[in-house]
Amino acid sequence: MNLVNFNDTGIAEKLLNEIHACAGLTGPVKIMEVCGTHTMEIGRLGLRSLLPENIELVSGPGCPVCVTPGAYIDAAVELALGKRIHIITYGDMVRVPGNEASLEEAKTKGAEIHIVTSPLQAIYLARQNPEDAFVFLAVGFETTAPATAKALIAAYETNMDNLTFFLSHRIVPPALAALIDGKDLDISGFMLPGHVSAIIGEAPYQFLADRGIPSVITGFEPIDILMGVLDLCVMIREGSPKVVNAYPRIVRKEGNPLAVAAYEKMFEPVDAAWRGIGMIPRSGLDIRDAFRRYDAAKKYGMSMASPEMARQPAQCCCGAVLKGKIKPNACPSFGAACTPRSPLGPCMVSSEGSCAAYFKYEMTA
Amino acid sequence: MNNSLVRLAHGSGSGLQQLLHEIIFPVLLPGWQGILEDAAVLDSVPGRFAFTSDSFVVWPLEFNGGNIGKLAACGTINDLAMMGALPRYMSVSLILEEGLEKSLLSRVLASLRIVCQESRVRIVCGDTKVVDKGKADGMFISTSGIGIVPQGRNLSAGNARPGDAVLVSGPIGLHGIAILSQRKGLGFASEALSDCAALDSLVEALLEKAPGTKALRDATRGGCAAVMHEMANSSKASIILDETKLPVPDVVKGACAYLGLDPLHVANEGRFIAIVPAGQADAAVFACNTHPKGKGAARIGTVVERQRFPLLLKTIIGGTRPVEMPSGELLPRIC
Repeated sequence: MNLVNFNDTGIAEKLLNEIHACAGLTGPVKIMEVCGTHTMEIGRLGLRSLLPENIELVSGPGCPVCVTPGAYIDAAVELALGKRIHIITYGDMVRVPGNEASLEEAKTKGAEIHIVTSPLQAIYLARQNPEDAFVFLAVGFETTAPATAKALIAAYETNMDNLTFFLSHRIVPPALAALIDGKDLDISGFMLPGHVSAIIGEAPYQFLADRGIPSVITGFEPIDILMGVLDLCVMIREGSPKVVNAYPRIVRKEGNPLAVAAYEKMFEPVDAAWRGIGMIPRSGLDIRDAFRRYDAAKKYGMSMASPEMARQPAQCCCGAVLKGKIKPNACPSFGAACTPRSPLGPCMVSSEGSCAAYFKYEMTA
Repeated sequence: MNNSLVRLAHGSGSGLQQLLHEIIFPVLLPGWQGILEDAAVLDSVPGRFAFTSDSFVVWPLEFNGGNIGKLAACGTINDLAMMGALPRYMSVSLILEEGLEKSLLSRVLASLRIVCQESRVRIVCGDTKVVDKGKADGMFISTSGIGIVPQGRNLSAGNARPGDAVLVSGPIGLHGIAILSQRKGLGFASEALSDCAALDSLVEALLEKAPGTKALRDATRGGCAAVMHEMANSSKASIILDETKLPVPDVVKGACAYLGLDPLHVANEGRFIAIVPAGQADAAVFACNTHPKGKGAARIGTVVERQRFPLLLKTIIGGTRPVEMPSGELLPRIC
């Protein structure tokens, strides 16, 4: 496959013209992208500056790092500093502020923090250092959950005793359901996350169409994103809400059943706290009892499932931003008390957070 | 006792003499028979000097396309060349960690020497220290350099004016990606070969064909973005880039997509950004492309009147966005 095709300037121009033509026949359109990578790409492309004025793009709760509760970070820091446990994590988590400190700050105090890009590297690290205890911070949506499950199976089958998993996985569809159940949300359509959809397929989004909200499973190259916007505009103009798969080269209708089976075998859905948003029923994953030996939360006595976990400092508007109620630059702390260098809230810290994307890329910010 | 490793005892007295005469002098200064004095005494030359200093802590010590020694020589030579200076003298200070393999030390020093020879730079002084195991990542190198600035050259990052062309001397991001791909834990392999190179001869070729060149800066830590931010800010102007013109190799594109990085933020060790009057832009691009170290050079943007952001990018779909200064340790310790 040649990705250059999806960067074609000529095709991009045609699609933009079509979007402008279509938008002339719709009223105001508010599209929410629910994937941090979309947020970043939209910013990186300078897309907002090219869209018709009546099309607004807002960012939803699509950055898994952003919605991880501060108390989870605090617990990880306590493991690292208090119990001298080696923490293995994705790079993005390192600078996320907890309520007390970040892992980066813990590292300057001597904590052992290892950055990896796959949980299988956690297995490798723990095997190489049998005298040390390791905890893997398992965060992310349906995209990373299968990899966590694979690593957990590997640990279980080889009877490893120095590695456990601290789960904070989240599932996308329940969050979308919670969003559209909210009273004050006026979203005309959803740009659905391509990577998550590659795992779960099209069916879990059908409830959106049933509720009259169009949605498009969208890829990440410039042409993909423009096609996503155009498909949404067309459905809004025609009043025909459907789930459209505009990323068929990666996303199959049924998704990846093997990957789903892998994490459903190890994990069960539980109510979970989303930072800045609150509790969402059955939106998180917990390790099933049969594998509890590998559950860091149980081993070290940490509980994350309570509404307080979602709380944010008063001057941080991440909750309203994640719900699409305000744009990041409408938060009084934006760019002042809160910058990527010293973030107040989670949306500013992750490279995929909506506030970080706005801070980096939006001319109007 | 294992004689293949550097030991603490090599840090002073007879141990140090042994290390100097067994490895450091034979490799760095082959055939040298002089007397070790406390300082180098250099002949004076008419004109102005450029003087620079840099330290190198890269990990891994050896990477695709180079090693810490090559980097240490190139880094200092390039800093001189960016001021239009002809590099002439270098100091080399080594901080070695106990347990370092002597054979590795030899390879590193040989690379350093080869770069200096090619650029006709004399290594005239240096220092060697050995520290306890755990106090340094194998070895650190610090180099300083002196160059001579020919009459009439006045390159400065503050010289850019609206209308000037912005050039990059070759494909970007290769060094940073080569280093990252060899780090443990990031879990990706890459064919990226570091661009690490001494740029003095390329600069001479450029200045010959584009004598009006106003500013040069090598795009090391922070990548091209950081350097162009500095140039724009120093010149109280802005720079607008054309994304379709950026020479980003596929290996860099792919790795950046995987790691969530912007190629403009990724470090280079053999590329510079040049500010050239628009009328000499074509000649400058041609001069670079006909030199072995400037293949792939391109005009990537234009200097414009100062705007709200110092560095802007016209994207491939025609949008415009600011390119931010990389913040924090995006790529820790790559040079």
